Amino acid sequence: MSSSVKPKIADRIQAIPRSGIREFFELVLNAGDVISLGVGEPDFSTPWHIREAAIYSLEKGQTSYTSNLGLLELRKSISKYVSKKFHVDYDPAREVIVTVGVSEALDLAFRALLNPGEEVIYHEPCYVSYSPTIYMAYGVPVAVETSADDDFALRAAAVEKAITPKTKVIMLNFPTNPTGAVMDPKELQGIADLAIKHDLIVITDEIYSELLYDERTHPSITALPGMKERTILMHGFSKAFAMTGFRLGYACAPPELTEAMMKIHQYSMLCAGITAQVAAIEALEHGAAPMEEMRKAYWRRRNLVVSKLNGAGLKTFQPGGAFYAFPDIRSTGMTSREFATRLLEEEKVAVVPGTAFGKAGEGFVRACYATDEKQLTIALDRIAAFAQRHRKSLITLAPTP
Amino acid sequence: MDALLDLLTKDSRLSPEDLAARLNLTAAEVKAQTAAWEADGTILGYQAVVDPEKTANGGVTALIEVRLTPERGGGFDRLAERVAKFDQVSTCWLMSGGYDLAVVVQAASLQEVARFVAEKLSTLGGVLSTVTHFQLKIYKQNGFLSAPVPDGSRLPITP
Repeated sequence: MSSSVKPKIADRIQAIPRSGIREFFELVLNAGDVISLGVGEPDFSTPWHIREAAIYSLEKGQTSYTSNLGLLELRKSISKYVSKKFHVDYDPAREVIVTVGVSEALDLAFRALLNPGEEVIYHEPCYVSYSPTIYMAYGVPVAVETSADDDFALRAAAVEKAITPKTKVIMLNFPTNPTGAVMDPKELQGIADLAIKHDLIVITDEIYSELLYDERTHPSITALPGMKERTILMHGFSKAFAMTGFRLGYACAPPELTEAMMKIHQYSMLCAGITAQVAAIEALEHGAAPMEEMRKAYWRRRNLVVSKLNGAGLKTFQPGGAFYAFPDIRSTGMTSREFATRLLEEEKVAVVPGTAFGKAGEGFVRACYATDEKQLTIALDRIAAFAQRHRKSLITLAPTP
Repeated sequence: MDALLDLLTKDSRLSPEDLAARLNLTAAEVKAQTAAWEADGTILGYQAVVDPEKTANGGVTALIEVRLTPERGGGFDRLAERVAKFDQVSTCWLMSGGYDLAVVVQAASLQEVARFVAEKLSTLGGVLSTVTHFQLKIYKQNGFLSAPVPDGSRLPITP
């Protein structure tokens, strides 16, 4: 891009800072042969039966537009799946919209809901796009910091403190990226009570809800009494079905909310790709067993990663879901950014600085364990060597209880 | 403990410590459980899965279909167990369908397989007929592809 174009860029867009994760991406690309624990997607390819369904649909010549809301057959499958998983019924004809990933669903929801200056409360550290998406919809992002003391779970009391007369939406995403934190059902009820008391909308991004460990069950806030009518449930196929590249997600919401999102979707996107939609039907109808195999593999890797990181002196809590570990790197005396950069230079292992996910991520890094066990083991040994080498003398550390 | 068995069937070379770390168990628990399985015959042994094309002399492998006359009282067991005892036999299954035993034989040469069939297998009382198929190429064995194709690569850093 030539520099003469720059002044023509809209002020609002110029004001958005460059993503920390993008900057780090370029560092990693230039570092050459690296073991990367820096990804946010499964290492598995999409299960073959799902890919085959996509190929078959192309062979049959299914290459047209679909209804703006998405194929009705897919919406029926989604409705059935959501009902079984979250115990809430959505009408496939009027309460389900198929989108290009949860990312698009988020954009639609914020644009549909927010008047300029209205506030959205969300937790940090969190997925990188929440704050900019709210901002681009003319809303005001209000981050509530979660803390290592709570294993980065969100507390209703913290949300309550952030509520102002301008608050319109509470945004949830548990299990969450980048910490793997899950939500305590009591806290979830607390947040539902707040939403009802202050008449707020809740957006819940359930993208990691299948990837739960240790016999946890995952309640969604939409299933709590009085919540369906004020909740937008978002989900997608990327993580649980290893379909990131298909770019497919959906939102379930009461008819008037779905209709408002559809207004934007029909003019900006028209519809999600039909090949992906056909693949998604196969995933929902027949994908449970391969998904469970992947979940078990993540579970084993989580155990391995957490035990090795703790063994290396990097305090790491046992994340209840997703596929990320979030080790505390403060024993090295480095900042997150410094740790990630030097680990890359010295050991050729990529992790993402916790600060890429919000200020509350300082002192932590995100290590994704969606990587095969051999590579993971090598990477963990290198991290351990690095942590040993750079451990601050124990004498200078404050005693821990 | 099914998770432990599942993992061992995928990679039996993991140490008790490595297995324990993946399964949230202690190394002592892993050792006790594997010892119990070895003792009760749940785990029969541990092997490397080798690609014979990469070895200096991979020998030959044959699948032999064997038809048997079952015996009163014993069915196929006595005869099948006798066939399985031969060192050349690596696998021996009783089958449904057009024949009774599927016998996999590994030997140094074609002639050696021929000799085994002619002199040992066919001469056993109760063996009605044999059909010998030689293996030409291995694409996959025990879950391992001979020439695994790496799946599409991911970007090194994604949000």
